[in-house]
Amino acid sequence: MGSPYALAGQATVTAAMIDVQNVSRAFGMLRAVDDVSLSVGEGETVGIIGTNGSGKTTLLNLITGYLQPTSGRIVFQGTDITGLGPRRVTALGMARSFQIPQLYTGLTVLDNILIAIAAHSGRSADFWTPMYRSDCVTKADELLALFGLRDQAAATVSDLPEGGRKVLDVALSVILEPKVLLMDEPTSGVSARDKFSVMDTLMPALKRGRVTTIFVEHDLDIMERYAERAVAFDGGKIIADGPVADVLARPEVRRAVLGES
Amino acid sequence: MSEPETHPSLPLAAIVAFAVIAILPLFLSDWITFLIALALAKGAVVLGVVLLLRGGLISFGHALYFAIGAYAVGFLTNRFGIGEALVGLPLATIISALVAAALGLLLMRFRGIYFAMLSLALSMILYTVLIKFYDFSGGTDGLSVRGFTLAGAAPAHPGLVQYYLVLVLTAAVVYVGARFLASPLGYLMQAVRYNEIRIEYLGASASHAILGSYVVSGAISGLGGALVAYLVGHVSPELAFWVSSGDFVFVAVLGGTGSVFAPLIGSIAFEFVKNYALKFSPNTWQLTLGVFLLVVIYFQPQGLWGLLTRLRARPR
Amino acid sequence: MNILPIILIDGITFASWLFLVSAGITFIFGVLRILNVAHGSLYAIGAYLGATFILQFAGREQHGWITLLLLLLAATVVGLTLGPLIERLFLRRVYGEDEVIGLLTTFALFLILEDVVRLIWGIEPYLVEGPFRLFGRVRVAGIAFAGYPFLLTIVAILAGLLLWFVIHHTSFGREVTCVINDREMAGALGINVPRIDLMAFALGTFLAALGGAFTAPMMSVEPGMGVSVIVLAFAVVGIGGLGSIGGAALGCIIVGIARASAVQLFPEIELFVIYALMVAVLLWRPQGLFGAIELRKI
Repeated sequence: MGSPYALAGQATVTAAMIDVQNVSRAFGMLRAVDDVSLSVGEGETVGIIGTNGSGKTTLLNLITGYLQPTSGRIVFQGTDITGLGPRRVTALGMARSFQIPQLYTGLTVLDNILIAIAAHSGRSADFWTPMYRSDCVTKADELLALFGLRDQAAATVSDLPEGGRKVLDVALSVILEPKVLLMDEPTSGVSARDKFSVMDTLMPALKRGRVTTIFVEHDLDIMERYAERAVAFDGGKIIADGPVADVLARPEVRRAVLGES
Repeated sequence: MSEPETHPSLPLAAIVAFAVIAILPLFLSDWITFLIALALAKGAVVLGVVLLLRGGLISFGHALYFAIGAYAVGFLTNRFGIGEALVGLPLATIISALVAAALGLLLMRFRGIYFAMLSLALSMILYTVLIKFYDFSGGTDGLSVRGFTLAGAAPAHPGLVQYYLVLVLTAAVVYVGARFLASPLGYLMQAVRYNEIRIEYLGASASHAILGSYVVSGAISGLGGALVAYLVGHVSPELAFWVSSGDFVFVAVLGGTGSVFAPLIGSIAFEFVKNYALKFSPNTWQLTLGVFLLVVIYFQPQGLWGLLTRLRARPR
Repeated sequence: MNILPIILIDGITFASWLFLVSAGITFIFGVLRILNVAHGSLYAIGAYLGATFILQFAGREQHGWITLLLLLLAATVVGLTLGPLIERLFLRRVYGEDEVIGLLTTFALFLILEDVVRLIWGIEPYLVEGPFRLFGRVRVAGIAFAGYPFLLTIVAILAGLLLWFVIHHTSFGREVTCVINDREMAGALGINVPRIDLMAFALGTFLAALGGAFTAPMMSVEPGMGVSVIVLAFAVVGIGGLGSIGGAALGCIIVGIARASAVQLFPEIELFVIYALMVAVLLWRPQGLFGAIELRKI
């Protein structure tokens, strides 16, 4: 099933990168995600908006395998990944950043980056060669520069301000050179000045690498600037799905997300 | 806190320390020489505990591998009459590693208190077998370890030869440990302590990291046990008792997890304090240890090693 | 000789002996989230103090029911003094830390108390057989048993019932249950959590000391008696589930019967079965038979 929102210039019928098929997830009586279907093609940049509790993070948890759907299927590049855990899903080429940054809080920024680099190059079982190998350190340095974290390389993560932790969390997911990158509120907690500079560097790089990007965002400015397609959530269901400008203009979206009447 | 990177002067300090320890027997009595060797051998077991402690896992059952290594040598010398250390030591290490691999598969899914309790239970199982099955293990009498030879030769001064054997092997263990701690697996173990979710989302497995660490840990602990068997000349079930595990944990915490040398320094301090305290005030040495441990827990969680590095780092 | 009654009675008396110590440990873990290694030392102190009271106040012959009252008194003294002292001075500082820190702290306390006992009471064993002789021998199913262990069983059952009553039918019990389920929420609801902590630890200490005191007449009271008890108690709470008193009771019975069976049928594995059971249960259900498991959310 091709995505009708593929960019001009690309083949209009491409196999979906991620195909969420009628996925539901209930917690007791609460249907956090209610019969959601979503198809994202290769290279697309999709923004997901919705109020707190509308199911956005749960959807990311489902796609990456942290939660199992109570019904429905999730297909990644033609492979059914329903029921696989985050480790397998990550190994297949998906990466994810979190609403609350998931970091090794007692280690330094550089340690965190190097561990991710080592994991990505399959050296998790290596107990002999130093992690601080010069080629890895160089690569780490480049990444830190990309994300503006160079000055804090030796800082312990728990000492970092919230914005720095957020950026590092995103960096760890980008290191994995994924085919699909899911980001949960990548700019929340980041200072207004840094928000745009990080996204301005990151998003074009992802585009160049043809990374399929799905990000959850509250900030409509960020949405309008970086997303091509918007998906609006309310009460666990998708209420709109289309080009960003269209979706954000729709009254039912504005009502649900912004509380406008 | 992040473990401090290896200070550039450490390898030099290590070589100096090695040289100093190597010439000590010229100046010290046989008993002190024996104590140092004993402390170093046990230090290898403590290092085994530290490898896991870095991942936030407390093994309250490491006496298991200590005893396996010791009894491997015990059986070899006592039941098969093979006193050759070049056979006994590798055998003890390999058997310990294999057992650690098998038990690690069970333990790798546990954390915190449950890991501690299960490791304790496994070591107590060995203890109960050693105690009760007299024909097999010599029961509470244990087994005597005699006829130590090295490369076929029975030395005139076995104590001295064993001292150098322990020194060389401990240095090797320290080297392996240092490489381990600086490796991706070593850092991944630290990561286990802080955020397992992130580990899974990097495509790595916390359980596999724990298993790998556990096997290395078990192997070096078994080697330590084997060395102690030769040094002491006797093995008995107490080696597997929970109090024995407790001692290793104590030294691990006291020395801190900051460096491969901390377990050795802590172990030497422990053996000497124990030796003299037992002589002069047998009813207060455990009290002293307990108070020390409390002080470390309350005021200096990084242990003695953390204290040393803090002192060194102060003039800036 | 019919071994079934022997296994049952031997098993139940062993279980009763263990129950008092393990109930205390599991209760303390439920409230404070600390696995108290020093519980074995508290058991020993209860035994030593009980022996001291009897030797001081019950005369040479150690006659009569007063000896039992003295044992109960000893346990109460330990619970009311040592319990709050330890909780306030040593444990309070490590709440909220890793549970492993709590384990290390109580291990340090264990080391300290083991020597405190030696310093106060010396290293010679104490023998107080008065209460033991009081109960003579009892015939059950044609076999003669010592009577005193039956008393121990009664004490354990009474303690268990008392505990059950306190938890389900007193305001203290309700508050304790609240703290066990959710410490933070309990504080938010206005429960004086530090006071509950103190009282819970005191109660757990009392139970351990009670176990020790009432064990004193059965064996010689000597240094190190807490060392083997504690690891058996760990086996029981591992099997029954940390924090569950009912689990501790069930764990004790399972361990008691298993051990008693081994003693009769295959004596070499008497101790082995206990830890083998512990491993088996932990592998099958890490939280024990009745424990609750906690999940992490992101």
